[in-house]
Amino acid sequence: MSGLRTRCTTLLAWLVADHFILVLTAVYFLVMWLIYPHMAGRRNLANLSSNMWPLMILVTGQMFVLLVGGIDLSQTSVMAVTSVIGSMIMTSRLDPAKFEHNPLWGVILSENGGLLAGHAMAVPAAVVLMLAVGAGIGLINGLATAKLRMPPFMVTLVTMSFFSGFAIYLTQSENIMHLPDSFIRIGKGSLGPVPYAMVLALLISLAAWIILNRLVLGRWLYAVGMNLKTAAVSGVPCAGVIVFAYVFSGFCAAAGAILYSARLEAGRPTLGQNLLLDIIGSAVIGGISLFGGKGKLRWAFYGVVFFVVLDNSLNTMPLNYYAVDIIKGAVILMAAVLDVVRNRLNQTGQISVGT
Amino acid sequence: MPSDAIQFENVSKEFFGIRALSGITLSMPPAQIIGIVGENGAGKSTLMNILGGIVTPDTGSMTCQGQPHKPAGPADATRAGIAFIHQELNLFGNLSIVDNLFIDGFPKIDRLGLLDKRKANQSAHQALQTVGLHCPVHTLVENLTPCEQQLVEIARAVGRNARLIILDEPTSSLTQNERDRLFSLMNTLRNAGCTLVFISHNLDEVLRMSDRIVVLRDGCLVSTGSKTEYTVERMIIDMVGRQIKNLYPPKTSVPSETILLEVSGVTRPGIIEDISFALHKGEILGLFGLMGSGRTELARILFGLDPCTAGEIVAINRPLRRHKPAESIHSGLAFVTENRRDEGLLMEASIEFNIALAALRQTAGSRSSIWVDHKAIRDKSLRVARDLRLQAADHKRQSARNLSGGNQQKLVIAKWLLTNPQILILDEPTRGIDVGAKYEIYTIMNNLAAGGAGILCISSELEELTATCDRILVMSNGRIHGDFARSEFNEKNMLHAAFKGLRTAAEPGDR
Ligand SMILES: Nc1ncnc2c1ncn2[C@@H]1O[C@H](COP(=O)(O)OP(=O)(O)OP(=O)(O)O)[C@@H](O)[C@H]1O
Ligand SMILES: [Mg+2]
Repeated sequence: MSGLRTRCTTLLAWLVADHFILVLTAVYFLVMWLIYPHMAGRRNLANLSSNMWPLMILVTGQMFVLLVGGIDLSQTSVMAVTSVIGSMIMTSRLDPAKFEHNPLWGVILSENGGLLAGHAMAVPAAVVLMLAVGAGIGLINGLATAKLRMPPFMVTLVTMSFFSGFAIYLTQSENIMHLPDSFIRIGKGSLGPVPYAMVLALLISLAAWIILNRLVLGRWLYAVGMNLKTAAVSGVPCAGVIVFAYVFSGFCAAAGAILYSARLEAGRPTLGQNLLLDIIGSAVIGGISLFGGKGKLRWAFYGVVFFVVLDNSLNTMPLNYYAVDIIKGAVILMAAVLDVVRNRLNQTGQISVGT
Repeated sequence: MPSDAIQFENVSKEFFGIRALSGITLSMPPAQIIGIVGENGAGKSTLMNILGGIVTPDTGSMTCQGQPHKPAGPADATRAGIAFIHQELNLFGNLSIVDNLFIDGFPKIDRLGLLDKRKANQSAHQALQTVGLHCPVHTLVENLTPCEQQLVEIARAVGRNARLIILDEPTSSLTQNERDRLFSLMNTLRNAGCTLVFISHNLDEVLRMSDRIVVLRDGCLVSTGSKTEYTVERMIIDMVGRQIKNLYPPKTSVPSETILLEVSGVTRPGIIEDISFALHKGEILGLFGLMGSGRTELARILFGLDPCTAGEIVAINRPLRRHKPAESIHSGLAFVTENRRDEGLLMEASIEFNIALAALRQTAGSRSSIWVDHKAIRDKSLRVARDLRLQAADHKRQSARNLSGGNQQKLVIAKWLLTNPQILILDEPTRGIDVGAKYEIYTIMNNLAAGGAGILCISSELEELTATCDRILVMSNGRIHGDFARSEFNEKNMLHAAFKGLRTAAEPGDR
């Protein structure tokens, strides 16, 4: 009996070891490549990369919120709202047939496009505004959780519902097309061989890495997630730290929205609608704990790579879309169970997973 | 010949390559109270964790009432009639007593698995009667005192007909009166045929209560025998490996006239009323009171964790109003909290992380620094750990949870020493700490005071306070009822003050 137990523990210790997910991904990719040779083809690799970078940005933001023991369900609606608002600033032409009944028609929208249509500063202004709106929604989430002590699940569920509704109201369910070329280039262009999406994702990851590993704020984020009371006694400004996590998450969601909108060449009120599972799933698969206080940026990255490869391979296979969803759900469930087991083992002191 | 209740045969255990137990061979006769003593980290809890199926030994075997005992988990140990009352209590505060008692198995009415609430209430009531806890079975556990919670844990053991009850440091958070109550219950259980294991750092108590004594040092069994063979001195020699003549270091500091902390008229209605006192440079000021007298609440208010409605707090000439802990730390205050698991430590985080947490900015050299100075943290954490003789395998990898109870307490103190406090508030700083480590903590207090810091030490051990303090304030029912200078120390008067103003029937038997 106890022999079996030790063996199980060893197995689990290995399963939760640092690079396990990356190794698993590599093995899985190789197997898939043998079955479907075009998995490693140039087209598919480009496809993988373009799916990966925006998701990486979103997961990075989500990770901060998970670290402080919260959850941000509103990221997807932040994407929708910022996508729409940014487009309304910079679009160069709107079809009156579709937008006549828009509440903003004649205010900032007209046949000649959005507020700053054609203006040289249209794109920078739109980008800054998008990031600001994302951070602002994060601020609302953060203040409601930290100051009003509302449960994060509830708060972000409400903001998710409100802002996704708001995005649809703003556009009356229409996509906003005719975005400036310089904006579209953010999604499709590249700096030499390196796509802009990757540059942006790496910049945000670098910032996140510095915050988590080099700044006092990073220690505070972990401390707040591990034990709020201890953190408070130790002089950590807990409320501020929590608010920061949500603001960062909103900011990242907006940055993701910039990439996705540019790639789709449209402001879309339903942008990101199906992404929530991908975001939280990647984080959990990577090993970011839903209980707070545990996770590394590297793990988030591994989770994203795994998830994108899984998604890509499932789409390659002759499967129905619901089968794909079922499989994805099952994998995430397994990861979540692993998280619980890991926590349990950690508490009885059987294995130790560092932060 | 009746078989021994428990037998250990060559039991060993390693953590991170560090020996926690080596080759323990030991038998525990039935229907006796067995006292286990040893320094912090000697392996007492680990030995019991092995018995209780929480930890699997690397080598060795056990028998329980003559049967081989190889628990795969705590449930197996429970089935073998072993009940474990942990160093840190393990109840669900938000559930009622009866729910806690039957958390792992309500009596079932039928195969459908419906719960027999009536039967549960009845047997819960009965178990509470046995342990002498007279309150309704539906009381929420969080509304009970620590003592009553402990009785609930014992009631759970009794309700399951446990043959062996392990009490790991059960008395550390009890008043004298409550301890006496627990001791008479232990005697009753022993007389009813239970074997009890009693772990404590209060050697007098162990000697008084136990039939047999077991002494561990560095994971080895040093000696065992009937209690008549032991005195407190012999236990200390066996535990530490040398003689300790004095339990308290000589006082080296002299209070000066300079006031570091001035508190006037601090009030929080219903909790503390009109508290005024001054803490001087170089002074060790004791704060004595029974549990619930408002001492911890006062400390929390001083440190800025709770608000006060009236009064003034001035720390080193800086008035603190509506302050947050960060401001307190900035003004030179430090607060070693009483409950290390909930407020003192991040149990999952590494030792290094914990040590640095309150002093992240100080270690980086500047109070406004936003950067973490990893190297400074590593150096300083190693240094305080050495000063405090903190026993740990690996500062970077070992989590606070994996330290022994006493070493966790040292870790909390280490964490606050790193902030270079001028005003150090200690709430029950020696709870769960062995004789040697207590001596070290008193020495640290002395040295800090000699270096010009002021220390406010909260304790329910009057002896500890009279030995170490320059002055003692006695609190009761939220007010200060006595202020004794060292020359006027008198246990009787202090106890009298501690019971003054208690609305409920006073407990004159206490001490
Ligand atoms: N899960 C664990 N992982 C790593 N080390 C551990 C673990 N549990 C205990 N140890 C180590 O084993 C040693 C013995 O610890 P144990 O808790 O048995 O001491 P103890 O005698 O109960 O001390 P105390 O009086 O302080 O409670 C300590 O050095 C401790 O750090
Ligand atoms: Mg112990």
